[in-house]
Order: sequence, then C-alpha cells, then structure tokens
Amino acid sequence: MAIHQLEIQLIAIVVAVACALPGVFLVLRRMTLMSDAISHAILPGIVLAFFLTESLSSPLLILAAAGTGVLTVLVVELLQRTKLVKADAAIGLTFPALFSIGVILISRFAGNVHLDMDAVLLGELAYAHLNRLEVFGINLGPVSLYVMGTILVLNLTFILLFYKELKVATFDASLAASLGFAPALIHYGLMTLVSITTVGAFDAVGSILVVALIAGPPATAYLITDSLARMLILSAILGSVNAVSGYWLAHLFDVSIAGAIATTTLLMFGIIFLGVPERGVIAIARRRHRQKLEFAQTMLVIHLLNHEGLPEAAQESQVSHLQEHLRWEGQFAAQIVRYALENRCVSQANGQLALTARGRGIAQEALVQ
Amino acid sequence: MNTLETKAIEVTDLTVAYQEKPVLWDVDLDVPPGVLLAIVGPNGAGKTTLIKAILGLVRPAAGRVLIYEKPYPAQRRIVGYVPQRGSVDWDFPTNVLDVVMMGRYGNLGWIRRPGKAERELAMNALEKVGMQAYAERQISQLSGGQQQRVFLARALVQDATVYFMDEPFQGVDATTERAIVALLQELRANGKTVVVVHHDLQTVTDYFDWVMLLNIHRIASGPVEETFTSDNLRQTYGGRVAFMKN
Repeated sequence: MAIHQLEIQLIAIVVAVACALPGVFLVLRRMTLMSDAISHAILPGIVLAFFLTESLSSPLLILAAAGTGVLTVLVVELLQRTKLVKADAAIGLTFPALFSIGVILISRFAGNVHLDMDAVLLGELAYAHLNRLEVFGINLGPVSLYVMGTILVLNLTFILLFYKELKVATFDASLAASLGFAPALIHYGLMTLVSITTVGAFDAVGSILVVALIAGPPATAYLITDSLARMLILSAILGSVNAVSGYWLAHLFDVSIAGAIATTTLLMFGIIFLGVPERGVIAIARRRHRQKLEFAQTMLVIHLLNHEGLPEAAQESQVSHLQEHLRWEGQFAAQIVRYALENRCVSQANGQLALTARGRGIAQEALVQ
Repeated sequence: MNTLETKAIEVTDLTVAYQEKPVLWDVDLDVPPGVLLAIVGPNGAGKTTLIKAILGLVRPAAGRVLIYEKPYPAQRRIVGYVPQRGSVDWDFPTNVLDVVMMGRYGNLGWIRRPGKAERELAMNALEKVGMQAYAERQISQLSGGQQQRVFLARALVQDATVYFMDEPFQGVDATTERAIVALLQELRANGKTVVVVHHDLQTVTDYFDWVMLLNIHRIASGPVEETFTSDNLRQTYGGRVAFMKN
C-alpha cells in the first residue's frame, strides 16, 4: 500500500468520525435534514470567502461558511416560529435560496477563478493528499488531514466537555432550561459545530455526501445500542469501517471514493437494519412468525382439550377437519400440526390428534390466564 | 426561611400571550410554604403555561414571579420540575438511573459530571418511588406509570423546596396514582410546597389542601374548603360542572 493510499484512508476516517459525532445528536434531535440544509446553504459563504482569499483551504473560508450554516438554522427557526410554515417546508425554502445565491455567484463571477461546482458538490478525496502543508520547506503531510483533524478535535472536545448538557438538552429541553442549562445556547453550539464540520468535510467528500456521513453511522448505531455513550463510540467505529471499506471499494471498481464511501455507509445501515439481533427486520419477522405459530398451536391444543373424552372427540380431532373447525387453510393447518408434533404437544395416530401431557398443560395454562 | 410571612410562590399580574392572544390575563397567585396545591381549569385555561411562565420557560408579556422572595433564576436550586410525561422522546438511548441522575445536573453546574454520590442519590429516589429494580432498564421499555415514577424520582433527587408538576396523574393506573399521592403528601409533610396541574375534579378535596381555579384569569385560589365551591367551579367551567350536587 503506497503512502498516498494510507493518507487518503486516514483523511477519510478523520472526516467520517468528525461527521458521525455531532451526527449522533442530530439523529436524536430529529434534525438530520438540517445537516442537509446546512451542507447546501454554506455555498454562498464559501464562494464569498473564496473571492476574498482565493484559496479553498483558508481558515476564513471555513469561518464564513460556518457562519452561513448557523444563519441557515436561524432563518429556518424564525420561519417556523411564525407558525405560518412547518419545519420541513421551512428547511425546504431556506437552503435552496441560499444555495442558489452561491450558484449564481459562481456562474457570474467565478469564470476566471478556480472554483469547480463538481468539487463543491461531490468533493474529490483522491486528490485530497496533493495539497500539502509545508513549513520552512518541510513537508508535513496533506492540508486536509490537518484541517479535518482540528475539526475532529474540536468536536470531540465539545462533546466530552458538554456531554451532560447535550444529553439533558436533547432528551428534555424544558428540564434543561429549568435547570439553567440554556438549551438554545447548546443548540446553536451544536449547529455551529455541524456547520464547521460540513465545510471542512465538503473539501473531501463534497456537500451532498456529507449528509450520509452525518446521518448514516449514528442511525446505524441507534439500531444496535441503548446507551448514548456507546452510540457515540459505535458511530465513530462504524464511520471508520465505512470509510476504509469505501476506499477499497472505489479502488476495486475505479470509481469516486466519496461515492463509494456513501455506498458502504448505506450498505452497512442496510445490513444492520435487516440483521441486528432482536430488533432487526429479520429478527422481528422471525419473532412474529414464531408468535403466530405458537398462538395457533395454543388454539389447537385448546380445541383438542375442549372436546377431549366427549362423544364428538373422534371427529373433532381429525387432522382433515381442522380446516373446518378452526377455519385454517389446508397448508397452514398442516404446518401447525407439524409444529405441534415437533413440540410434542400432540400425538398423531390414524389421522387423529391426541393431546400429550405437555399439550394438555399448555392448553390448561392458556385457559387460566 | 419558613416563617409564616414568607410566601413560597408569589405571582403578580402575570400576563402571557401567544401572538397577541392572551393565554393568561393578569394572574395573581400567592402560595404559602408547605401546601399541596392543585391548579385546575378547563382545557386551554393556561395551566401548563402558568407553570412554564413561573419557571421562565415561556416569556411573560407582563408580571413578576418570586420564589421565596427572589426571582426564579436565583432560586433554580430549590425548584424541582416534572414536565408532562409526553414531552420527551422515550426512545432516547439511556436507562432509568441515568434519567434520574439528570435531576442532579443543576447542582453539578456546567461541565462537571455526575459520580458516585449522584448515583447513590438517584438509587435512593428510585427506591422511594418503588423503581429500584428498574435502574438499569432502558427507558423505552417502561409503562406509562413507570415513566411517571421515573420523572418523580428525577424531581426528588433535586431535593428542591418547591415542586412544579405538570399532570403527574395523566394516564397512570390506580396503584401508581395512589403511590404518587402518598409521595406528594410526604413532600408536604416535610415542609415542601408542591404545585400540581390537575385534571380530575373528583379527587381535588381528597388529595390537595390548596387549590387554584384558573381559566385564563385566576378565578380563585386558597384552601380547598373555602375555594373549591360550586360557585367558583361554575365560574371556571362556565356552568358545565354537574357532579357538585352537594
């Protein structure tokens, strides 16, 4: 593995973790769409700062864009507060407005400067290592690694310092307010972080795929764990795994790295969504199926118990009559009889079912409840 | 602090409006220390808004609120708050003990993390509400009554002097309701002042010793036996109260 490959993967991991950490709180606050809005709305900030500095990695660029991000949140919330516009519509109105200002600025004024729309929207991780930080002629590594590394440290510090405040403000904002924790301050602090992170990450993965990195790993971790601390750690791990596997997927198929990482992020979500024990889709379907079989088995043993020892017992316990008595489809009836036989709840002789001691116990227990 | 002249809560001329529409008009309320007060009134009477305005969660258009003679921000430490159970997301990834410990956050202040002492206080509070066996339970697995007990435990660890509770009996079973009432009466017996937004007129005389009748205006407030009269109720509910036959 060449050194530049290692560098690209390292940048991808740092970007993924930096996005996943604030993403956890966005997911829990049901605000992931706000990150989408921010990631688009920062464009005019980037463009204006770019005209001033003529550089894509200037710290001013990040500050200006972060400012636009926070402005987006403010405008969305002001619109919402008028109660004339709902939250989703407020987001849908605000960010295209700001984004289009950015697009117009680029198309009108950026003809002779190097600011590529594709780079803004999709980023290009493959070239991220080319822009290097040099101090006194010494090559210190890719600039974006330093930029994103700083943002990651910033996010980590904020969350570690204000973990308790973020938790209470997210879970119960009115309690947080009554305790004097200024949830609005925490909210805007978090939104500033999201804006800064989004700007930093757009250079690497572009403004569209940032959303996948912010929403994907936390939404995946939320399916696995019941603890906020573990959700944060898991999101960081999942983000890293997605980043590395995405890189190699891109390498294998010779496609966009950012696109591949977003793909692995969603694949990972899909796998966990389907396969996680107990609350995954497959586990739920299996549990439902088992419950259905068990309920039907209970119906069967109760039916047999009700007629046990009575004159009509011979007829009622015939397998071929279950369809009629319990209104089961033939195939379903056969399946339940097989299930009950496997569980030793009933025994079968000459097409007649008889309760075993176990089956009788289950029926009696069900009737008592 | 508990001299007879001191008022636990003093609300003067409180007006709250949402976009020019008054939700509370010029409300006055004096509550002496050590009473268990029910705020009753029809839907939309401003009961929750009154509590929120007292706690500074909504901004009043006019008026003043004092808790033991000082404005609320100076008295946060002695005020405990139980919001409506439905106001939070019970799928939040955390467990019962953790939620109860949030009641200590105010005393901890910014940045400091809860530790062993907070954990012990939280366990004690859980024991008081009969939920110690559920300490490690994920909060999404709780029933409505259990959620309410957890919220009460969280208020208990605040070790406040004045409590505000927004419909603590909402959607709980009879056993939990009795347990909560016993707890409220124990708080009062210990000299605490407890203000409860309450819906069930039938139980006011059994549970509470003070009552405030509210319908945007304050209709009346004072000891139950003087205040909870059919006349006042008719004024509050507009003559639609049938049960007060005696």
